[in-house]
Amino acid sequence: MSAQGAAHIKAICKAAGNDPARLMDIAIAVQKQLGAVSDTAIDLIATHLKIPRVDVDSLVTFYAFFSKTPKGRVIIRLCNDVVDQMNGAAEVAAALETELGIRFGETSPDGAISLEYAPCIGLSDQAPAALINDVPVTHLDSGKARHLAQLLKREGTQARLVKTFGDGNNAHDLIRSMVVNNIRETGPVILAPYTSGSGLKKALALSPAEVIRDIKTSRLRGRGGAGFPTGMKWDFTRQAGGDQRFIICNADEGEPGTFKDRVLMTECPDLIFEGMTIAGYAVGAAEGIFYLRAEYAYLEKFLTAILTQRRKAGQLGQTICGKAGFHFDIRLQMGAGAYVCGEETALISSCEGRRGDPKNRPPFPAQKGYKGCPTSVNNAETLCCVARILECGPGWFAAMGTKGSAGTKLLSISGDCARPGVYEVPFGVKVSDLLKKVGADHTAAIQVGGPSGRMIGPKEFNRIICYDDLSTGGSFILFNKGRNVVDIARQFMDFFVEESCGYCTPCRVGNVLLRNKLVEILAGHGALEDLAYLEELGRTTKLASRCGLGQTSPNPVLSTLENFRPAYEALFKKSRGHEPVLANFDLQAALSQGSILAGRASSIFTPVNGSQP
Amino acid sequence: MAAKPKVATASLAGCFGCHMSILDIDERILDLIELIDFDKSPIDDLKEFTGRCAIGLIEGGCCNEENVRNLIEFRKHCDLLISVGECAICGGIPALRNTLPLQECFDEAYKHGPTVYNPSGQYPNDPDLPLILNKVYPCHEVVKIDYHLQGCPPSADTIWAALTALLTGKPVQLPYELIKYD
Amino acid sequence: MSETFDFTLDGATVTAQSGETIMQAADRAGIYIPRLCAHKELHPFGACRICTVLVNGRPQSSCTQPAAPGIVVENDTEALRNVRKSLVEMLFVEGNHYCMFCEKSGLCELQALGYRFGLLAPRYPYQFPKREMDASHPDIFVDRNRCVQCARCVRASRELDHKTVFEFSGRGAHKAIAVNADARLADTDVNGTDRAIDVCPVGCLLRKRYGFRTPIGQRKYDHQPIGSDIEAGHPPAAVNG
Repeated sequence: MSAQGAAHIKAICKAAGNDPARLMDIAIAVQKQLGAVSDTAIDLIATHLKIPRVDVDSLVTFYAFFSKTPKGRVIIRLCNDVVDQMNGAAEVAAALETELGIRFGETSPDGAISLEYAPCIGLSDQAPAALINDVPVTHLDSGKARHLAQLLKREGTQARLVKTFGDGNNAHDLIRSMVVNNIRETGPVILAPYTSGSGLKKALALSPAEVIRDIKTSRLRGRGGAGFPTGMKWDFTRQAGGDQRFIICNADEGEPGTFKDRVLMTECPDLIFEGMTIAGYAVGAAEGIFYLRAEYAYLEKFLTAILTQRRKAGQLGQTICGKAGFHFDIRLQMGAGAYVCGEETALISSCEGRRGDPKNRPPFPAQKGYKGCPTSVNNAETLCCVARILECGPGWFAAMGTKGSAGTKLLSISGDCARPGVYEVPFGVKVSDLLKKVGADHTAAIQVGGPSGRMIGPKEFNRIICYDDLSTGGSFILFNKGRNVVDIARQFMDFFVEESCGYCTPCRVGNVLLRNKLVEILAGHGALEDLAYLEELGRTTKLASRCGLGQTSPNPVLSTLENFRPAYEALFKKSRGHEPVLANFDLQAALSQGSILAGRASSIFTPVNGSQP
Repeated sequence: MAAKPKVATASLAGCFGCHMSILDIDERILDLIELIDFDKSPIDDLKEFTGRCAIGLIEGGCCNEENVRNLIEFRKHCDLLISVGECAICGGIPALRNTLPLQECFDEAYKHGPTVYNPSGQYPNDPDLPLILNKVYPCHEVVKIDYHLQGCPPSADTIWAALTALLTGKPVQLPYELIKYD
Repeated sequence: MSETFDFTLDGATVTAQSGETIMQAADRAGIYIPRLCAHKELHPFGACRICTVLVNGRPQSSCTQPAAPGIVVENDTEALRNVRKSLVEMLFVEGNHYCMFCEKSGLCELQALGYRFGLLAPRYPYQFPKREMDASHPDIFVDRNRCVQCARCVRASRELDHKTVFEFSGRGAHKAIAVNADARLADTDVNGTDRAIDVCPVGCLLRKRYGFRTPIGQRKYDHQPIGSDIEAGHPPAAVNG
């Protein structure tokens, strides 16, 4: 490493106070500055922070956005999730490869451009999409991809890539992105006009206990998917011992088909930060952490500016809004590409500058969270509701929605429909009514709640969106007749294999085995027994996994088996030849390499009827 | 006297150690001969099946196409097929190559290995040589296997216990000490 | 004297001391809950999930889950036995386990769990991953083919040896044990006598020149299933004091 590189690392570490808890920020800065966090860089960081090098190595190798070997100055990350695939990501990928002369996973010989896939970048409503370093490009096709590649080759930077900006704050000077909000339906709670400070002022007129009481009265439940009552979570956090408490906002939506937090951060950052501040007041925290996933780095400057603005307005910092003794501030914590960090204890690990491994529970974060202190982790959408509840009153909020599910819900709609985007709907909407709203006329299947949710068929389209019936974090991916649900399940399993942290056996191994079996079945090497195999393996993985990732990752397999069994059965071949060889054994594939090395075909096994045996 | 049930045996990609262990039942082989006839087997050097067999014992995994053909024949001719030993069950020592691409294995074996003298640089490739598979497969990943006798090799006691149970129509219930993977 | 309370384990009443995990209380009661990553001298980790029990119907790892008054715990049920056996099978197919030439054979806890569960062949296909070995250290072998990711070495190095020789790198299926050096164990401050080496349940970390010292037939699991000591009323010492 050059002396200059070493000096950069020293400066980066120093700027972070040589604090091991800031290791994420340090590694992010080094990756950005030097294009890699090399082994030498790892040594230097470890020396400056006075921690074992293996701890740095452990973090760097965990997150997808870090690389030990140099990447191109421009990294193209094409999203290859299900929706992007449906919208032609393969053609875009081919165009990029052809134009750049490199394959995915490679860097051009001059070190200018790297080509990679990203599992989810939060733009399923404008797919196919890619990130060019931090800059999102949307609605790609092969023609646009060629132009993009030519421009990047010519200019070597993404700086002049975006010429027209999206709606709303996407055109803000600090964002200047082509991303569009796609807000299709606003509601009375979240996507409604809001005067900054109005909820906070009302909260500060109450005691913290009264704020918690109001949140309880409003019957607000967590919007991330699990639906835990927010007031109760705050109460636990407040009542836990110790003199330091923390609020963490989880905006780490990393599940393909989910993008509502992107819109919230773009259009309602004040509402989120205000909700965090109210939460801080209620539980007695002095610090809040806003976790921003690496894929949304293009929003960092904007969000930072909003925080500065709030500090100037006296809404953050010391003696907030003149309330004696209430001090609270928020820092942004950047992520680095790890879906599992959406799990609240993994999120805390990441904020602490560690691998995004989930923690053992108990203790729960409300007892022992960030740095061992009581911590309330709340979804960004939940915190938006908080600010509005304080502004307009718990009764106003509780009157909306259904009996067990108060308020409204943001839905991220993508896939086969005329109007993908974000919808704010009151709880209680029927799925079939939603389909009409979004312009989906030929829907055969819906993945509800993202890959970790369930795939439902028409017989469930009369279900109601609420915690007591069809409970969801809000993602609906729509599939028309003709889509291959088994292949969709396989793609979701690819995602989980990629994103499992690997801590526990069932998730680390079970997901790989599930995925591999789907690949076999899709290749025509499945048999009826495989369905029982998948069911048992899926159930074991769910039951034994340590965190929510493995406890839900088999859902695409299990729910498609439940609701779309004929799609699997259609893939089984009646006669295979070479009986009694098992269907799963791919004899021709097993012979392929040996055949090439010998330069001759098998004289024992000839392909049956020209097909694979 | 009714015909005795037949037992066939084969060593696929194995070392014949499991066959040695079959013979290691010592004087009990006399009892065994009372119970069964050997059909196709290296023990009696019978090359082809003479008829339907009650039990087939398979040593070794599938490393080449000949192994697969042999295994298919056994599955077709035997009522019960038993994987005997680690190689049949998990590939065993031959499967050490499974983590390497086949070409690398060939290069090491026939070109670059320290004891190799091969000026032509060609791989052995007589048309009679069976094609090698991309990896070594456990038998139960190729055809249905009814029982597994673990061990490298399974002890003579294990083999004896399993055979006598099966031949007398009892379930194979091996005591703790007869299930060993080494 | 700490406070005690009762809970139900497979229908039996078990008395626990406050602060105990379900596994600790079960051990003292002579009830064995199968386990792999748990180790009596190390903080619980909850990675292998073999000790999964149902607590009031909810699955929990008994090595990390505190016992609580009145809870109803299911342990030795057919469904859980099957789950545990599945997990052991997953570990067998995930790595490259060649018992026939492994020095740990007969003393290996993964193998012993296979024996205890009567595992004859895994229901899952072998993965045959490519894993790194490291023989650089004069006294210690690292054979990651056999690693089961239990983190015992990670924990023992920190908690017992007061070093940081081992940690995980990578994630998901690429997760592996890394050493506190550029690449080689020889470049760390590990010592042949470190407890981190002893606690490896499998043959991933081995002392050189110690192999096969115990004759076949006299090894720990040759005659008695793993867990027999607990079932005989000789539980391991309390975990973490």
